[in-house]
Amino acid sequence: MSGDSVVYEGLDETGTARGGQAPRAVPAAIEVSHLTKVFGGRTAVSDVSFRVAGGEVFGFLGPNGAGKTTTVRILATLISPTAGSATVAGIPMGPDGAAEIRRRIAVMPESPGLYQRLTVTENLEYFARLYGLPRRQERITEALAAVGLADRAHDLAGSLSKGLRQRAALARSLLNEPAVMFLDEPTSGLDPVATHEVHGLIAALRDRGVTVFLTTHRLEEAERLCDRVAIMSTSLRSIGRPEDLRRELFAASLEVTVAAALPEPGRVFGGLPAVQGWKAAGPAGGGPAGYALTVSDVARAAPAVTRALVAAGADVLSIAQSRHTLEDVYLQLVGDTEGSPR
Amino acid sequence: MSASTARIGAVIRKELAEFRRNRLIIGTAAVLPVLFLIAPTASILTVKASALSAGLDKGIDRSLFLPLLVPVLVPSIMSAYSVVGEREQGTLEPVLTTPVSRAELLIGKAAAIFIPAAALGYLMFGVFVAITQLAAAPAVAAAVRHAPQLPASLIFIPLLAAWAIWVGLAVSARATDTRVAQQLSTLGSLPAAAVAALMSFQVISPSFGLAAALAGGLLAVDCAACLAVARLFDRERLITGARPSRGIPAPAAPQDIQSPGEVTAHRKGELKCRRL
Repeated sequence: MSGDSVVYEGLDETGTARGGQAPRAVPAAIEVSHLTKVFGGRTAVSDVSFRVAGGEVFGFLGPNGAGKTTTVRILATLISPTAGSATVAGIPMGPDGAAEIRRRIAVMPESPGLYQRLTVTENLEYFARLYGLPRRQERITEALAAVGLADRAHDLAGSLSKGLRQRAALARSLLNEPAVMFLDEPTSGLDPVATHEVHGLIAALRDRGVTVFLTTHRLEEAERLCDRVAIMSTSLRSIGRPEDLRRELFAASLEVTVAAALPEPGRVFGGLPAVQGWKAAGPAGGGPAGYALTVSDVARAAPAVTRALVAAGADVLSIAQSRHTLEDVYLQLVGDTEGSPR
Repeated sequence: MSASTARIGAVIRKELAEFRRNRLIIGTAAVLPVLFLIAPTASILTVKASALSAGLDKGIDRSLFLPLLVPVLVPSIMSAYSVVGEREQGTLEPVLTTPVSRAELLIGKAAAIFIPAAALGYLMFGVFVAITQLAAAPAVAAAVRHAPQLPASLIFIPLLAAWAIWVGLAVSARATDTRVAQQLSTLGSLPAAAVAALMSFQVISPSFGLAAALAGGLLAVDCAACLAVARLFDRERLITGARPSRGIPAPAAPQDIQSPGEVTAHRKGELKCRRL
């Protein structure tokens, strides 16, 4: 079986339609089927199945202990599954394919994993030799240039800041020009500037056509970078594009702020087209008041609400569509299923 | 899978570079040989040429066997750091995601310790013999030159070093803390150190037959230890400290690989995100 021969047709969900682009056929980079991993009596990963398309940035979200790192380690052939199967970079996982998979992937664990007593170049050279790469020096130079570390090539890895170490680790991951790159919490413990830099590097990987499998529990990061996300808590809770998950879980709503509380909000909002319900959402007291309206169609409801407020003599400060974040989705899914049978 | 000499070479090169920049290892490798050279050299230089044959033999035994402790103690410290040190640094996992095989990693790590340990052992004996030839009484110098203990010691150096390396690597593969690993590794190398010490102090009389038997026994133990350590170098053991749950199952057919959400999407040809 070859993963390259598996083609999705007409599917947004396969990860090519970021920003509403037209669907196109994309070979699968990762296919996982009913993957399960049990350590002793503890189930770390339970019956997980998903696909990741080539060139996709796929977010793998979940709380601590959700099985994210275990899944990455299984797909990177570091540990074997208790049950289930997977294809990575077109190679079925198994004793025969493990070495070939390792040639085609790169893994950047949460810790950069650099030899502190070696220079950046020596670190990269070691890995270039382990991969058996030709033109080692050229590739090292290119990788360091790609992450903006060319001027620190001969510094000891231990002398670099945490952000620079992450960059060096990313350069190491680029050496073998991987088809699939696993990034495990790449911005964990980084300051905002270093985080921003790593985000830029991940975006650059996407531009190079590398499939990125990103595990994180920084939801804003996933929302910003990922074509699709999977939410995991031992088993898979949901999978899809962030905006679709939001739409799936939360009804659309409008947030209305007026200068003073409405004397009879039920009369103002009741019976308006596309408005399904309302509740007070702002601070109590004599100042501005807020209302949250559940609507079936924002485009129809917003003008009607505006007109009704003006007719009621209210001073409208703002009317805005409320936007649920991926964090809301995450909390809904992970919180919802916490303690439920899996 | 056949072992790649290039990858083994890469591991050796990296290990040696790390050792060179590790002050603990450099300090141990520099101080121990000097300490273990001073006493035997002083002992042999004070043996009088007129000493009885038994007294001369005793002096030569002590002088030639005591330094055998160095190729035991130095590699035990180096090998104890070898795996757990990488695990603590977080460098083990990236290495294991490369195509390096367990044999290549194991051979590379063992060789990187064996080469300096054996070289140090032979250098010590070289220095010792050179000093005795230059400074000892002519009869003592001749006795050292022709002592059967000399070739025996040269054979014991690699065998004892190998024992210490395998014990150190085994401890290191299972330990979670470098200091604990170094203590356990030193304890584990005590049997080898005891062999050297017992011969040195003539508790065991190192006749040719006994020396050959000990060497043969050590060689067999080294081979068995190598195989045992190779089992510990399984990726899953090294990463999680646990045995693999079982072999990787055969890959499923493409049509079997489907998540509920994706099955829906395939069937309808449209986007469908839903709770699983």
